[in-house]
Amino acid sequence: MAGIAVSTTINGDNIEYLCQPDETLLDVLRDRLGLTGAKEGCGTGDCGACSVILDDRLVCSCLVLGAEAEGRRIETVEGMAHGDQLHTLQQKFLEHAALQCGICTPGFLIAAKDLLAKNPDPTEEEIRFGLAGNLCRCTGYDKIVRAVQDAAIVMKGA
Amino acid sequence: MNFDPRFSGRKFASVGTRPIRPDGVDKVTGRARYGADFNMAGQLVGRVLRSPHAHAKILKIDISKAEKLNGVKAVITAKDLPDLTDGDAAMYDILDNCMARTKALYDGHAVAAVAAIDARTARQALKLIEVEYEILPHVTDVDEAMQYHAPLINDTIFTEGLEEKPVKPSNVTKRSQFGHGDVHQGFGHADFIVERSFKTEQTHQGYIEPHACVASVSSDGTAELWVCTQGHFVYRQHCAQLLGMEASKLRVTSSEIGGGFGGKTHVWAEPVALALSRKAGRPVKLVMTRDEVFRASGPTSATSIDVKIGARKDGTITAAEATLRYSAGPYAGSWAEIGAMTAFACYKLDNVKTVGYEVLVNRPKTAAYRAPSAPMAAFAVESAVDELAKELGMDPVDFRIKNAAQEGTRSSYGPVYGPIGIGPTLEAVKHHPHMKAPLKKNQGRGMACGFWFNFGGQTCVDLNIGMDGSVSLAVGTVDVGGSRASLSLVAAEELGIDYSQLKAIVADTSSLGYNDMTDGSRGTFSSSMATISAARNAIKILRERAAQMWDISVDDVIWEQGHAVAKREKHGNLGKLSLKEIAAQSGKTGGPIAGHSELVADGAGVSFATHICDIEVDPETGSTRVIRYTVVQDAGKAVHPTYVEGQYQGGAAQGIGWALNEEYIYGKDGRLQNAGFLDYRIPVCSDLPMIDTQILEIPNPNHPYGVRGVGETSIVPPLAAIANAVSNAAGVRMTHIPMSPPRILAAIEAERGE
Repeated sequence: MAGIAVSTTINGDNIEYLCQPDETLLDVLRDRLGLTGAKEGCGTGDCGACSVILDDRLVCSCLVLGAEAEGRRIETVEGMAHGDQLHTLQQKFLEHAALQCGICTPGFLIAAKDLLAKNPDPTEEEIRFGLAGNLCRCTGYDKIVRAVQDAAIVMKGA
Repeated sequence: MNFDPRFSGRKFASVGTRPIRPDGVDKVTGRARYGADFNMAGQLVGRVLRSPHAHAKILKIDISKAEKLNGVKAVITAKDLPDLTDGDAAMYDILDNCMARTKALYDGHAVAAVAAIDARTARQALKLIEVEYEILPHVTDVDEAMQYHAPLINDTIFTEGLEEKPVKPSNVTKRSQFGHGDVHQGFGHADFIVERSFKTEQTHQGYIEPHACVASVSSDGTAELWVCTQGHFVYRQHCAQLLGMEASKLRVTSSEIGGGFGGKTHVWAEPVALALSRKAGRPVKLVMTRDEVFRASGPTSATSIDVKIGARKDGTITAAEATLRYSAGPYAGSWAEIGAMTAFACYKLDNVKTVGYEVLVNRPKTAAYRAPSAPMAAFAVESAVDELAKELGMDPVDFRIKNAAQEGTRSSYGPVYGPIGIGPTLEAVKHHPHMKAPLKKNQGRGMACGFWFNFGGQTCVDLNIGMDGSVSLAVGTVDVGGSRASLSLVAAEELGIDYSQLKAIVADTSSLGYNDMTDGSRGTFSSSMATISAARNAIKILRERAAQMWDISVDDVIWEQGHAVAKREKHGNLGKLSLKEIAAQSGKTGGPIAGHSELVADGAGVSFATHICDIEVDPETGSTRVIRYTVVQDAGKAVHPTYVEGQYQGGAAQGIGWALNEEYIYGKDGRLQNAGFLDYRIPVCSDLPMIDTQILEIPNPNHPYGVRGVGETSIVPPLAAIANAVSNAAGVRMTHIPMSPPRILAAIEAERGE
């Protein structure tokens, strides 16, 4: 089957790839582009481990086709840090031990980044509902919520 | 030098602090490599064909069409995994579970597998495999499976543990019994007796990372396996035995693991991936889908438990008895036995008896899930204890304090306890501010206790000191929740150096001696014991090297805060030598400096916890909301308190999901109806409040720092604590887990007489 040629922007870089019509954006990121930060926890949009930002919108990349990325802007966890300077959310996740196994962490970081971009001063409840599309089985979410609260305070002051 | 594991009561400099974990940056930047994040040149995609039937004889498998499909490199069935288990029944069950041999025993049981050049070709090939089944009657419910006329899952099973061997086979593989005293007499002395039956449904560990591996078998008979596992050394043994290899020829590397909770202690896909790679002559990557994870891996037992407890008017329990039935899937297990051991472990009882029955059902092979079997037993017992307190007119905490086990108590499962934390956790709960927080309308408070044994086991650690004085620590227990941080703290403590001078890794099976897997809450307990031992061995060498550099007797050199110090007055002008200075000279003083340790970590201290929770129940719909939750647990010594809190919170959250929502739902056809995260709903962020924690430290006398395991106990009390809270809020005793809205509503309506 002939591949579809796609031109897109990933973490600020112009990227071109060929993909099959039934290939998800997650498959393209992981298997074609070597960006394995986004994880496949379910493949059905239920766990959020594959979260990326597509043109300022938080999406599950397992529910987006690779071909749909044509002409769009994609942000993944690999693009969050600037050089060796971690994003505030990344730093706060480390300081608060907001991860145990860490498989859900890239998805949570992306979802939290999207949340704070839209609501820089969220209440605890807004954080909890804002991150309700991301499953974590290790932490009970307590330290994740605290890390996002702390990051929001720091980012507001920045 | 003989290693002395006894608790020493030392003052800590590093242990008890909260530094950032060594694997942290990789995990927040997406660099950390999990099971599915690894690839090899020439790698094929593996896929597994699974039975759609709960119970069926496999009459014929025709793979010829699949083999002919362009891009297919190997198709295997059970024939490609011949039985090499040599009479080892447990290994035979593992083999049969990896690939059904004569019968498919549950919906999702693997029957064939393919390796192809890409996922699409592999999926197409699966459709071309023709399997002819003869469908057999099935049974998925634990109580139904025990009925006289239930469909037989394995006609070679005759119940073990009975006085006489039964004349007929049955689905009950084993009866086990624990206890002491005379319960009949004990109940005779009781003024109040509570007797009730309980049920819990089957749940899955629910790790977010599906099972994944990359297998590469070479034609010279050596092989490599990259895999997400809680125990790569155990996987090596099992895979080597099933594939007919020598263990040393199979190098297993554990990837970062995306959650396990007991579910990644068993091989499923790995022997299949190796067999595919052997046949295809190329590396094979095999990743389960979420549907496969639910249908074919993991789950814990479903249970049916009867409890009877009697007490005198003054609140003293006179007798306690329980009968516990645990589903094991289609293969024998020890799940009811563990439940029967843990059921009454929190209490000091003169007369106690528990009987467990292991029951075969047409469901996936039961796997360990965090303190396996204990939460269900605790649910039944702690519910009955609460009810008995109510009948006595006693506060539920005071009633438990009065009957709590203590140092010197003979436990209900046999051993006599050393210093333990059940009493202190109850006292802490009694005085916790949570107990005074106001409750609103339709809200109820519940509390419950939990116990877990904790394990130790075979452990091996290498501690290597670089010429620049930095230290690498190679451990063999997979890091499931921050153990590289805790073990680095322990090494820093023992060596007297800074945490930042160390880097801990999990070594592969060819680079370190055998280690049991990370289970039984043993990771930090056992590997820290081996780390302390390895560090002490390294210090001995460091002292010798310092003595050589100073040209004095090693007996005159002590190790203090990361330095060799000459201790006699005549050496007063020698000053001290840092680890760095000694390491820099190592090439001239005898070569590399390292400390090794190989030991069996005995003496894992038992662990107790008490939880409190407040639940709001909507009497119109039966829906629930968790308002407050508090965990109090004994850690022995919290090496990295933040990750100890994380274990407490995580176990509580899993218990909340189990108590209120999670369950395997089977249709009449014996097929799993909810094999996905949409319909098997685990708690999400908006379902939970902050989870408050209180760490108690009652040192384990059998560990140099007093450490006990902390990982599992936190899932034991929640089912009961929540059931007690819901029962108090709804005004009706809940006896069936999960307490989903329809079940709560039905209970409320039945109580109202509607």
